[in-house]
Amino acid sequence: MIAETRSKPAGRSPLQTAAPAKPLPGVEPGSVTLTVNGQAKTIQIAPWTTLLDALREYMNLTGTKKGCDHGQCGACTVLVDGKRINACLTLAVMHDDHAITTIEGLASPDGGLHPVQQAFIDHDAFQCGYCTPGQICSAVGMLHEGHAKNKADVREGMSGNICRCGAYPHIVDAVLEVINKAEKQP
Amino acid sequence: MNPFTYARPDSVDSALDELKAQPNARLIGGGTNLIDLMKENIEHPTRLVDVNRLPLGGISELPDGGLRLGATVTNAETAYNALVTARYPLLSETILAGASPQLRNMATNGGNLFQRTRCYYFYDTAMPCNKREPGSGCAAIGGYNRIHAILGTEGSENQPTACIATYPSDMAVALAALEAVVQVTGSNGERSIAFADFHRLPGNEPWRDNTLEPGEIVTSIDLPAKGFNQHHTYLKLRDRASYAFALVSVAVGLEMEGNSVTDARIALGGVAHKPWRKPEAEQLLIGREATPDNFRLVAENLLAGAKGYGHNTFKIDLAKRAIIRALGEAMRSKV
Ligand SMILES: Cc1cc2nc3c(=O)[nH]c(=O)nc-3n(C[C@H](O)[C@H](O)[C@H](O)COP(=O)(O)OP(=O)(O)OC[C@H]3O[C@@H](n4cnc5c(N)ncnc54)[C@H](O)[C@@H]3O)c2cc1C
Ligand code: SF4
Repeated sequence: MIAETRSKPAGRSPLQTAAPAKPLPGVEPGSVTLTVNGQAKTIQIAPWTTLLDALREYMNLTGTKKGCDHGQCGACTVLVDGKRINACLTLAVMHDDHAITTIEGLASPDGGLHPVQQAFIDHDAFQCGYCTPGQICSAVGMLHEGHAKNKADVREGMSGNICRCGAYPHIVDAVLEVINKAEKQP
Repeated sequence: MNPFTYARPDSVDSALDELKAQPNARLIGGGTNLIDLMKENIEHPTRLVDVNRLPLGGISELPDGGLRLGATVTNAETAYNALVTARYPLLSETILAGASPQLRNMATNGGNLFQRTRCYYFYDTAMPCNKREPGSGCAAIGGYNRIHAILGTEGSENQPTACIATYPSDMAVALAALEAVVQVTGSNGERSIAFADFHRLPGNEPWRDNTLEPGEIVTSIDLPAKGFNQHHTYLKLRDRASYAFALVSVAVGLEMEGNSVTDARIALGGVAHKPWRKPEAEQLLIGREATPDNFRLVAENLLAGAKGYGHNTFKIDLAKRAIIRALGEAMRSKV
């Protein structure tokens, strides 16, 4: 991204979490109830906790990955009320009344994989796998949107998910297969 | 991120009260620009006021034939709205050319207008930047400035050029061409701001990107009836095919009778501190034939006075060629 490329101040880890050094007087962690993968859970978090940090650090749902932490890579993609978003650029407190779905919640309760998960396996649509949860959630969100019909649409529609290994051709094949199968169904 | 408190009012009045009570409070829409800047320690509000529960949603028809886009409607909802795609396809096209599907699902129409005019030095707190730290200098002038502005950067006699950043919104390039009106409310009541007056050139106050006053809230963006839905195009030139900011972009809306142009709007992105429009250049086309020679005259006029800063000097020629190509595409397009 042209205008978003920048050097980081020295000594900052990209995996830094949200804990601040000094709390603001009067700001205590508060109770926030998040409904994730159909289950409501109340956690004690400060307002500056991103949805990504809440999922990973407070709810033990580490399937959602932290990549750039700046909305540029898509590794943190989750579904909020069925819509794909970057969990790193939103606050957990903003989502107490939404249904959140992460990669852990895509398979059916009996363990049957979501068609997109199965297609990723069938097409070997990954190498290291770090971007995969975000890729899969993004693809599921794109299918809900219903605008992607062909290969060019899939490539554009998945452009918010970067794959450092360059597994793009297989990712596109996997997603296209799910779209084509869905179209054939009456 | 610095510590802050969070509020989610459900009326515009209580949101205005929140802003009044704490001068360092900020509104948050999708958070895609604000949270990013907070993580980089560029913005440090002590209170965030969430706009998403305010009654500013929805896209509705206006009595004059125009369309009202609620401030809290997401960019994605706006781009795919049936009234927008039918009557203002240029707007849909520009929104879909920006950011990623995830970000467009989060970003609000209000927030999009306020994403900072910025450059990579603005994000780097170790470097001087007049926009971030007034009076500290501009690291981009004499530095790496390939993405920077070529128009509207000149300073005055006793004030050298202060900032050469570009305003990165794609959506706003269409809003400039469509002559949108920004509806604003504050403790002194409501006012309407013509899009051309909404964003600013840096002048002597490079830290001010727009003309909103402290404590004001954008309630909607109104589109006039004329939508140029027959002849339009958005040409965005960037370093990769998708998910990158524009080096140069051109939004064109034309009205044609046969081969002659009866109305024309041209706005440029990626070249200045605000979307760049020059009605005088459009006049060169109105009442004339749509020919490459006439397009060239328009391009030369729009880029008159352009100044390169070294790495970005290529943008002057690139912009001229982009304008000529976009006018040709708009002339031929018919939905
Ligand atoms: C990786 C990345 C790539 C991007 N690429 C592009 C691109 O190619 N093209 C493009 O155009 N954009 C791009 N963007 C920018 C994106 O479009 C903006 O960040 C987004 O539109 C901002 O909207 P928001 O609702 O998230 O704003 P927020 O971050 O919530 O708010 C931004 C500002 O607006 C103020 N604000 C919000 N609502 C109101 C209101 N109603 N009234 C007054 N003030 C308000 C806030 O106080 C804040 O100061 C990119 C962003 C990222 C992170
Ligand atoms: S161009 Fe503007 S934003 Fe960039 S360093 Fe100079 S003053 Fe700062």
